[in-house]
Amino acid sequence: MYVLMAIFFLVVAGCEALAIRWQLIKPGNDFLNPDTFNKFFTMHGTTMVFFMGMPILIGIANYVVPLQLGAHDMAFPRVNAFGFWTTLFGGCLAYFSFFVPGGPPAVGWFAYAPLTETTFSPKSGVDFWALGLLVSGVGTIAAGVNFVATILTMRCPGMTLTKLPFFCWTMLWTSLQILVAIPPLTAALIMVEFDRVLGAQFFNPQNGGSAYLWQHLFWFFGHPEVYILILPAFGMITEVVPVFSRKVLFGYEFMAAATMGIVFISMGVWAHHMFAAGMSRTLDMYFAAASLLVSIPTGIKFFNWLATMYGGRLWMASPMLFAVGFLAMFVLGGLTGIMLASAPFDLQVSDSYFVVGHFHWVLIGGTVFGVFAGIHYWFPKVTGRMLSERLAKWQFWLLLIGFILTFGPMHVSGLLGMPRRIFTYQADRPWQLWNQLSSLGAMIQAPSYLLFVINIGWSLRYGRPAGDDPWDAWTLEWATTSPPPSYNFSETPTVRSRRPLWDVKHPDDPDWKYE
Amino acid sequence: MPKLILLAAAASQALDVSTLSPASPPAESIRFLFIVVTAAAAFILAIVWGVLFYSLLKFRRPRLLKDGLPTTEPPQVYGSLPIEVAWTVAPGLIVFLLTLVIVRTEFQVHVREQQQPESAKILNVTVIGHQWWWEYVIERDGQRKPGVVTANELHIPASTAEQPRPIYLNLRSADVCHSFWIPRLAGKTDLIPGRNKNEMWFATRETGLYVGQCAEYCGTQHAHMLLRVYVESEAEFQAWLANETKPAVDDPSVRNGKQIFLTESCVKCHTIRGTPAQGAFGPNLTHLAARETFAGCMIPLTRDNLRKWIRDPQEIKVGCLMPAFGLSEQKIDWITDYLMSLK
Ligand code: HEM
Ligand SMILES: [Cu+2]
Repeated sequence: MYVLMAIFFLVVAGCEALAIRWQLIKPGNDFLNPDTFNKFFTMHGTTMVFFMGMPILIGIANYVVPLQLGAHDMAFPRVNAFGFWTTLFGGCLAYFSFFVPGGPPAVGWFAYAPLTETTFSPKSGVDFWALGLLVSGVGTIAAGVNFVATILTMRCPGMTLTKLPFFCWTMLWTSLQILVAIPPLTAALIMVEFDRVLGAQFFNPQNGGSAYLWQHLFWFFGHPEVYILILPAFGMITEVVPVFSRKVLFGYEFMAAATMGIVFISMGVWAHHMFAAGMSRTLDMYFAAASLLVSIPTGIKFFNWLATMYGGRLWMASPMLFAVGFLAMFVLGGLTGIMLASAPFDLQVSDSYFVVGHFHWVLIGGTVFGVFAGIHYWFPKVTGRMLSERLAKWQFWLLLIGFILTFGPMHVSGLLGMPRRIFTYQADRPWQLWNQLSSLGAMIQAPSYLLFVINIGWSLRYGRPAGDDPWDAWTLEWATTSPPPSYNFSETPTVRSRRPLWDVKHPDDPDWKYE
Repeated sequence: MPKLILLAAAASQALDVSTLSPASPPAESIRFLFIVVTAAAAFILAIVWGVLFYSLLKFRRPRLLKDGLPTTEPPQVYGSLPIEVAWTVAPGLIVFLLTLVIVRTEFQVHVREQQQPESAKILNVTVIGHQWWWEYVIERDGQRKPGVVTANELHIPASTAEQPRPIYLNLRSADVCHSFWIPRLAGKTDLIPGRNKNEMWFATRETGLYVGQCAEYCGTQHAHMLLRVYVESEAEFQAWLANETKPAVDDPSVRNGKQIFLTESCVKCHTIRGTPAQGAFGPNLTHLAARETFAGCMIPLTRDNLRKWIRDPQEIKVGCLMPAFGLSEQKIDWITDYLMSLK
């Protein structure tokens, strides 16, 4: 359900993105009027983050985590349902703004004050936006609590935290991060609504409020948020890479520690979104150094994935294909991230198309590729049928090429001085070529998502039956039938190592001897 | 309609807005940093892609076995402490070195006044961001005299080795957040309402036109909040400044237009120095005709464009904060003549 809802919102936000790209294909285009353009990019960003990204990850995790733990269900199945419905309701609220006078908000997903105050946005679009996020935030927090409880208390006998499947480990930390990051956002949204409805002045500088305060509150949420979006994808990659390399994960302990490290460090780097806001030199340098530090644990993860592949027997089935796409692309996004963290350089490129290129690179090259790896990996478990490999390969290559073509040129147009969030540009600026390439890329990317939806539909009916364990994998979800019965396991499994099914299949050479 | 004007404005060759062709010390330091981090990034990328593609070529399972399982499993490696330590420490070192370069650049980009050489004649300019245009208050050579007030187009003197002329911008906002960005001169700095200590500096050696635009989303016409900075020789600059300091031209032949300007609601928003028009909401028009562009540098200042603007600004710049007044064509003609006399 979560996943279906997320795919629906993916299509909606994707159409918004296409319209945006079409508008920018030439200078002075009037396909969208300025107001519509601003509304579209606001809703595009909001939807992709809140109603596509988080729900799809939470949705997959809701399904997979209990299976991997050898549990019958999530700890609080009702909270689970509550989380889903609030998220959906939040999405509906936000989209309801299309039908109110003035239409959706035109303030950007970051909604900097005081643009969101009634002085500058008198119509109710902002209210629906804020309420939508607030409500879906509640759902997300509920999901977070549920994951923490499930992972900490529902593990099957023998599964110590050090034997936790890696995806569960990343979900545990993601959930903790949700619990830290979302409440400040919720508070900030309530403050905005107080300002708008009750005439409070939190963010209104004309009356002693602070526009700066909003930025801090927002990014204190906003930065950890990007890790909430990427950590589960890390987890999925970490499940897929070993299985399709036929090797045990290299350096489990270090991978686990690196996850923890990323979560902790990422809490202290939010103001690297504010280098241009005129903080003190000292603060700039602190936030630059702290942001650079994140690259160390991320690097550890990368090298461990590579070491796992090295010397293996790589099976390039669709999940692995997407995982390799992830490895090849995400590293680039990480590296432009290091560039952006270099505070003075950020002054040139923040709020330019370079940033747009960078974060789409991590979100698509990271989260989206990771999620596709995960979906292609677990689809047989969920439905009992295999996805079509042929369609999957087409989807992969279209996505890869389209994505590189869309977001690669954006780095160039950013360096050439093109700011983001502009609905048009002067013909005397050297940006047209790069924008055309980007728009062309978007047109190549779009059918890729379509193929994915088609593949799901087709395979549900005609896909090859999967059997219980089509990938010869090692974690518990593959021990039960595909699709699993409503109680997951007929009898509670017991584990002695990180690869319980390996132990079963190789009783002569079990894993627990080496761990 | 806006499209036509835009295209007409298009110079045949593109203006240089690139962050990579700096013409001022802060932008140059930043480009140096860019080269360093790009090199470091390329180095890491080469390693990661190298190992990745090598593995893909070398260890890929032969096609024959595509759907079957391998006959034998490869040797299992569970990890290695020395290797892990190595690839924790090595990136640590890179990060440390990068941090040093960053700190150095940080100090070059944010220089304070007291660090400037004595001989430097600093030009202080207060920049006030408005939805969707720029206001400049220029102080005369640091003397804090009531300065020259102008809009959208800024003139500054070039800096030479003998006579450095660093420009200090004090950045404020009258409404929402904006950001001042001329890529060839310096990185951007935001203008945040209620926060009046944001500042930046640059010093250019080459004369010419430098363009940029607002870089922080500020509402409907964010895209048309453009910037033009004219860097001139000291003499040219002084001449420009002297002209801007004069009160508005008072040409009797356009008295009709002046009369109408002063009796219509124009005066509520616009100032023309030397007349009763003292509005502060819109751009100062005292020397409007001395400019090349208007309306946030969006359109060339021609008689025709000005007429269209006064007839209906919304037609040119949808959503801008100046309304149409429904004046008769005759009145529009007169006002335009008057404005065109304000050299
Ligand atoms: C018939 C009377 C008026 C005339 C002749 C007039 C003329 C102009 C001109 C020539 C500009 C371009 C200035 C520049 O680029 O520096 C301008 C811009 C502007 N005017 Fe007026 N104006 C009039 C009335 C008003 C009124 C009553 C308001 C306030 C409601 C107003 C608000 C503005 C604003 C906000 C801009 C900046 C628009 C932008 O670039 O986004 N004007 N006006
Ligand atoms: Cu602006």
